[in-house]
Amino acid sequence: MPAKPKVPGLLKGLGVTMGTMFRTVKDGANTVQYPHVKETPPIRARGVIALHEENCTACMLCSRSCPDWCIYIEAHKQLAPPRRAGGKPRQVNHLDRFDIDYALCMYCGICVEVCPFDALFWSPEYEYSEPRIADLLHDKSKLGEWMETVPEAPELEAGAAKK
Amino acid sequence: MIQLAIEIPYWGQSLLRVLGGLVAVLLPAGTIVYLFLFKMMSFMQSRLGPMEAGPYGSLQLVAEVGKWMQKEDLAPEAADKSIFKIAPLVVLVSTFLLVVVIPFGPDALFTDFEVGIFYGLAVASISVLGILIAGWASANKYSLLGGLRAAGQLIAYELPMVLAVVGVVIQAGSMNLQQIVVAQNTYEIFGLDWIGMPFVITQCVGFVIFMIAVQAELTQPPFDMPIAESELVSGYMTEYSGFRFLIFFIGEFATAGVFAFLASILFLGGWGIPFAWFGWTDLDSVDNWMNVVGPVIMLTKMMLLTGIIMWVRFSYPRFREDQLQTFAWKVLIPVSILNIAVTAILKVAV
Repeated sequence: MPAKPKVPGLLKGLGVTMGTMFRTVKDGANTVQYPHVKETPPIRARGVIALHEENCTACMLCSRSCPDWCIYIEAHKQLAPPRRAGGKPRQVNHLDRFDIDYALCMYCGICVEVCPFDALFWSPEYEYSEPRIADLLHDKSKLGEWMETVPEAPELEAGAAKK
Repeated sequence: MIQLAIEIPYWGQSLLRVLGGLVAVLLPAGTIVYLFLFKMMSFMQSRLGPMEAGPYGSLQLVAEVGKWMQKEDLAPEAADKSIFKIAPLVVLVSTFLLVVVIPFGPDALFTDFEVGIFYGLAVASISVLGILIAGWASANKYSLLGGLRAAGQLIAYELPMVLAVVGVVIQAGSMNLQQIVVAQNTYEIFGLDWIGMPFVITQCVGFVIFMIAVQAELTQPPFDMPIAESELVSGYMTEYSGFRFLIFFIGEFATAGVFAFLASILFLGGWGIPFAWFGWTDLDSVDNWMNVVGPVIMLTKMMLLTGIIMWVRFSYPRFREDQLQTFAWKVLIPVSILNIAVTAILKVAV
């Protein structure tokens, strides 16, 4: 049996609400008035996914691991000039289409985790709502634009193994 | 009593009374919604509430009413249409009928009714009918459950409310609300005539019971089992939208204001100030300027009481259905009967 409180809980509850009211009047609310004032999201906030196109090899890992099937990738093979002089031309995948449908995306971040070539990044940008649902399908140029908003990767911890 | 210089014809008097009734019901409702529901609740939750419509969101209510008015007037396919449509009006009408007996000053009243408080409590329970037929006519099991819960709750809490009022009636010796006001402002307590005798001092138990019963009659939390939005999807209001929902909404807060008027008359001295201040002895000797000051005093007391009602509303979680009924039948009703007995004995003995 817990000890009986000095002040009855019913009165204490009234005190909490009244105290919060006076604090809000005096010091202002804990909320901000959104369209006028904007809070900076945390640096690792999951706002939107950005695509660094040069790194993408169209390996389809992100598309296949997406639980919502909201990543659409199309690519074709083409020949690229050899790395060293005198070598054979290399065969590379060239990305034709890379779309993420944010109407379906649930922001789980598996695609970012699974990408072996560091082509996908989280950006804290969150203001991309659209009046038409079809406009939530971001193509690869739009996903590329989000790269500007991706924050610098934080420094590795001291003693961490470098790749 | 006032002798007016001009004679107002009967239709003019009726028109004035209707306008006065509208003001007396809608002005408190609007003020309560803005001041308490929008602002006080927001501040208690450490947010600002509506800020965009008008300065500090003061026109938010106008925007909301406009929104509701332009919505489609929907009725479910299986609903009993005509009954379904009049239900909100029945609820609102009980509020308008109730305000009729409330005096706002020595002459500022709609009707001087000899058994005013009896009539008031009787018409207040018309709203139960409205709620019950709203729940039944919706052809929706959530609405029906909500309506039945509301009926059970309102009947359970009607009793302690009436019994709490009986104490006041015994002490004032009248059922006329005007006489109850006069009694509180002419009696003396502790031999001090400058304080009058607001019945909240002598009937403090009755006052607490009355306020709890009002809270339950208004189905405000913690007594909001009938509209429990998380389990019954707003109970009897589930199927209502647009204009008819607006009527329910106005009815809820207008009734809060009118019950607060009633409580301030019964327990806080109504429109009056202690008559000894200006050497008045009875109702006829009260100066005419009280007809202007009286409503302001009433409004202040009403705001105070609704403030308390809303404060409790925003602070407490909901009662369970069995707790709610147990509280009414096993606590409030015995205590209020005891209160009547003690009041009657003291009234005869002293």
